[in-house]
Amino acid sequence: MSGLTYETVARFAQQGGLIYFGLIFLAGVAYALWPSRKAEFQHAARMPLEDEELL
Amino acid sequence: MSAPPPSNDAAPPGAAVLLIISVVSAFLAIMGAGLTSDPIFRLQAETFALACVLAAFALNAGLSSGTLLHHPDRYSDGVIKAGVIATLFWAAAGLLVGVVIAAQLSWPRIFYFPELGFLNFGRLRPLHTSAVIFAFGGNALIATSFWVVQRTCKAKLAGGIAPWFVFWGYQLFIVLAATGYLMGATSGKEYSEPEWYTDLWLTIVWVAYLLVFLGTIWKRKEPHIYVANWFYLAMIVTIALLHLVNNAAVPVGLLNHKSYGVFSGVQDALVQWWYGHNAVGFFLTAGFLAMMYYFVPKRVERPVFSYRLSIVHFWALIFIYIWAGPHHLHYTALPQWAQTLGMTFSIMLWMPSWGGMINGLMTLSGAWDKLRTDPVVRMMVVSIAFYGMSTFEGPVMSIRAVNALSHYTDWTIGHVHSGALGWVGFISFGAIYCLVPWLWKKKAMYSNKLIEWHFWIATTGILLYIAAMWVSGIMEGLMWREYTPQGFLAYSFIETVSAKHIENIIRTVGGLMYLSGALIMIVNVWRTILMPSEAVSEQTPAPLATAIA
Repeated sequence: MSGLTYETVARFAQQGGLIYFGLIFLAGVAYALWPSRKAEFQHAARMPLEDEELL
Repeated sequence: MSAPPPSNDAAPPGAAVLLIISVVSAFLAIMGAGLTSDPIFRLQAETFALACVLAAFALNAGLSSGTLLHHPDRYSDGVIKAGVIATLFWAAAGLLVGVVIAAQLSWPRIFYFPELGFLNFGRLRPLHTSAVIFAFGGNALIATSFWVVQRTCKAKLAGGIAPWFVFWGYQLFIVLAATGYLMGATSGKEYSEPEWYTDLWLTIVWVAYLLVFLGTIWKRKEPHIYVANWFYLAMIVTIALLHLVNNAAVPVGLLNHKSYGVFSGVQDALVQWWYGHNAVGFFLTAGFLAMMYYFVPKRVERPVFSYRLSIVHFWALIFIYIWAGPHHLHYTALPQWAQTLGMTFSIMLWMPSWGGMINGLMTLSGAWDKLRTDPVVRMMVVSIAFYGMSTFEGPVMSIRAVNALSHYTDWTIGHVHSGALGWVGFISFGAIYCLVPWLWKKKAMYSNKLIEWHFWIATTGILLYIAAMWVSGIMEGLMWREYTPQGFLAYSFIETVSAKHIENIIRTVGGLMYLSGALIMIVNVWRTILMPSEAVSEQTPAPLATAIA
């Protein structure tokens, strides 16, 4: 277990974290900008305006 | 289900079970109060027992008289009305305590009471912070989230009696925490001071809140989950996680109020500020952004400027905020790279924060005239401006070199209050000004003039407050680091305290003005509730097609 030093763990957290966050961010942006979701989001943007009583 | 009553109305599901739980809990709490030798624990157990007895009597009366009813075909608005009233009550209480402690700092000879220990600054300060953040802010979040999730999911609140349990359970948490602080029961963790049994009680209430919220989303009629619900849900889930980890503690005894945290040293500090900063990021930011994303479009009658931006805003915000906590620990035993990580993530927060601010403000596109005519819109826009300002200031202060000057000074207090009074306070007031006429079925608020007065008095109060704190903060920061040519500190600590006297007075006046604004609002809401109700159909204008025909 000589490889598992504080430096190794810290470096893994720093570099792995950078890659992980970069990918997650790209996935989030891709989800938001995907062309086929345009209609759904346009409808969603009006949702507060469309509520009425239950029934 | 086989034989529903003809009126379709019955007691809310779970009410009888809650009655039994209340009776059993009251019995257990009375036993605890009787067996303990710890006077603080006894008083807290008695408070808990009294609440359980009152709950049992109220439930019994409601069930036996048939007035406690559940209407499956109507939104649950009663609990939201209660939430609005509780929000305003705790706003007045929390702001008042703030003015008192500001006065203590300004005139310590007049407002220091050595014979009344519970009125000491050290006891009142956590009372003030918890009352405004968790009592005022928390009730605003619970009430508005119950409104928004029902309307945007087109579903009644889930859980039968559970939303009422969440409401009253949360009030009991506030009372236990507040009376505990006054008696000196504190875990000493900033913004997380309640002792172990109060923490356990909040856990139960909060899990019930999560289940009510999730249950309502689960039975939604609308396929898309509106972005405000994402923000509320992130707030609920993250606060649950933060609360459990940061409050992990071992009590001295099961009948003793005192407990000791399981973490120690720098680990304890890191966990505390992971908690502390995310209480800001999720409780005071994500939750209130949910309000922005519902009440601003609703009030200005415009769709969200960019729904896509709101999604990027959401994911970027929650993924970045969670790492920003270490910026509270610059120049400490925390490894330097972890401090730098906290600082870097704080600076990255500029992007989603300003994206969200732009999205909120630009929702007014095509309706900017409302800024002139509607003081509620103006209040919400100023709130979003304060959101932008404090999320700009925060990253600046997280930079190590700036933090060297700003940390431990009044600058931090001013920063917190531009966020709390400007952003959190004003967006909540704006949402309540919207909600009150909707909930009590009135055409509008009682007086627009009073809203104008509230807006201008409170805005001036905030500006006085934060300007005074900038001046005193930077001044004391510079005084603390001033050396004589011989290498000694130029000022003793008490000299830096007395140098702030005028700024402390200005801060007290600013706080008093903000409190006055809230009191004006309470009068306005009270008069609105007393107004005769409008028939709902009269509110709806004739459809355009009919008018043309």
